[in-house]
Amino acid sequence: MSSSAGVSLDDVKRVAELANLELTAEEEPRMQRDLNAILGHIAELNELDTTGVPAMAQVGEILGLLTQENGEALRVDAIRPSVDRMAVMASAPETDGRFFKVPKVIER
Amino acid sequence: MELLTIDSVRTAVTGGTKTAVAFAEEHFARIVAEDGPAGPDSPDAKGINSYLTLSRERALAQAAKVDAAVAAGETLGPLAGVPIGIKDVLTMVGSAATAGSRILEGYRPPYDATAVAKLEAAGAVLLGKLNCDEFAMGSSNENSAYGLVRNPRALDRVPGGSSGGSAAAVAADFAVATLGTDTGGSIRQPAAFCGVVGVLPTYGRVSRYGLIAFASSLDRVGPFTRTVKDAATMLEVLAGKDERDATSSDKAVGSYVSDLEKPVAGLRVGVPAEYFGEGLDSEIRAAIERVLDGLRALGCVVQPVSLPHTKYAVPTYYVIATAEASSNLSRFDGVRFGLRAEEANTLSAMYRRTRDAGFGPEVKRRILLGTYALSAGYYDAYYKKAQQVRTLLTRDFLTAFEQVDVIVSPVTPTPAFKLGEKTDDPVKMYLEDIYSVAASLAGICGVSVPCGNTKDGLPIGVQIMGKHFDEGTMLRVAAVVEDLEF
Repeated sequence: MSSSAGVSLDDVKRVAELANLELTAEEEPRMQRDLNAILGHIAELNELDTTGVPAMAQVGEILGLLTQENGEALRVDAIRPSVDRMAVMASAPETDGRFFKVPKVIER
Repeated sequence: MELLTIDSVRTAVTGGTKTAVAFAEEHFARIVAEDGPAGPDSPDAKGINSYLTLSRERALAQAAKVDAAVAAGETLGPLAGVPIGIKDVLTMVGSAATAGSRILEGYRPPYDATAVAKLEAAGAVLLGKLNCDEFAMGSSNENSAYGLVRNPRALDRVPGGSSGGSAAAVAADFAVATLGTDTGGSIRQPAAFCGVVGVLPTYGRVSRYGLIAFASSLDRVGPFTRTVKDAATMLEVLAGKDERDATSSDKAVGSYVSDLEKPVAGLRVGVPAEYFGEGLDSEIRAAIERVLDGLRALGCVVQPVSLPHTKYAVPTYYVIATAEASSNLSRFDGVRFGLRAEEANTLSAMYRRTRDAGFGPEVKRRILLGTYALSAGYYDAYYKKAQQVRTLLTRDFLTAFEQVDVIVSPVTPTPAFKLGEKTDDPVKMYLEDIYSVAASLAGICGVSVPCGNTKDGLPIGVQIMGKHFDEGTMLRVAAVVEDLEF
């Protein structure tokens, strides 16, 4: 967060590629403007010294709810019926009834 | 006209004075007449646009089942015959699930969300799916791919978001109660804007199985109702461990309804100065002060508390929520459900074009921000930093709750704003969440309760925040606030 140079158009393109998003030429500068505005606000976090403060992924950690012994919070590992395959495939954009069909994976 | 409550509907249905089918039909008729856009054939229409789909068949089958159980003298559930709407981020067999997004167009989930199944098992009649901001991302319900929602209390204003349809439906008499979800304020803020009760349960209190995920360390499912007692009834039905949601808690569910009878005298009520700073509307400030006066008169001990990291809650939230969203929303790729872009020759082009065509601007903005915050070279500076500040924000609450039983604050800095007023400025829109996101990050429970109106007649909400898993005390205070004269 130390860099105040901000997000460039190339950064927007790179991040869009990482996120599998295809932005139009019109969207790119708008996203650049918005990201810079939001990151400018987020930079306020730098005012805080967080040296030695543990990172918190979710609240259970800080409440000590995730530390049960023997993992009794986990359910029994037993086979049970799952959602019906036909019902799942009914919502697929393209399927042969057994598998999801997709365009060519290997590009040459 | 006296609006229906869960109590009044259940009493009528179980007492045989009115059938569940009649209640359902009445609601469907009102929705059809009033919810859609005005036109020559629909003179009563208000264009509220709260429902995306109606589940008439499922609702009427359930209502008939309830009526048959009444006739047979069977014991009925706590929600017997009560017409309830479901935010369209929860799955419900027989209804499309869109999450307010084009990318899920045509998706019909093959299973019920646990919250949906629990309501129906308690006798509820599920009317349909409610409009919301796309993937629950928004504070005004102007981000839905299926049109904005209007505030029934002022049709030129937003209902709040992201659960705008859920709040509007309760306010407009299109459901007696609804389900919403809250990631950074998406239940409490629209409840405040529409003048209804909205509960954010403690993280882990209500199962999220069947919820289309936005930010998994924050997302929660909770009810909208007209009264605090109805909210307590809903929460008792919804709460509890679900083995299909590993984050749900096995802590015992409270007797929220009977807890409401306990006196509030002697309870310690904390007031954080950080929630009453610059930018708070003067009429909202005055309304909250009247609430505090009322609580004092009832014997509560009102005292200041400090939540010193409050100003960092919004930036912390927008790093963590977008980072988690960028990961959660990677599943929408045109392979298994919903939209697929047709003209792509390769898999990667299909992913990109599907996601470009399927996601709206706010969702793209958040995916980009979250991806940026998680990308190489920025992870420690943004994501890890925000996680550390999240610890500080949570410690603020844990320290404050050593001194008080509940914390009272505004829900929003302003009453419902005009449609289009904040759509051009994402930071301005995000700051709308200033009083709601800290409770989200800390995992505590909260409730928005109506506490009067502005001079212009816009509803004002007060937020009562409770300790982790102490919804009982929080709702008890909410119930006496609801009864104060404003």
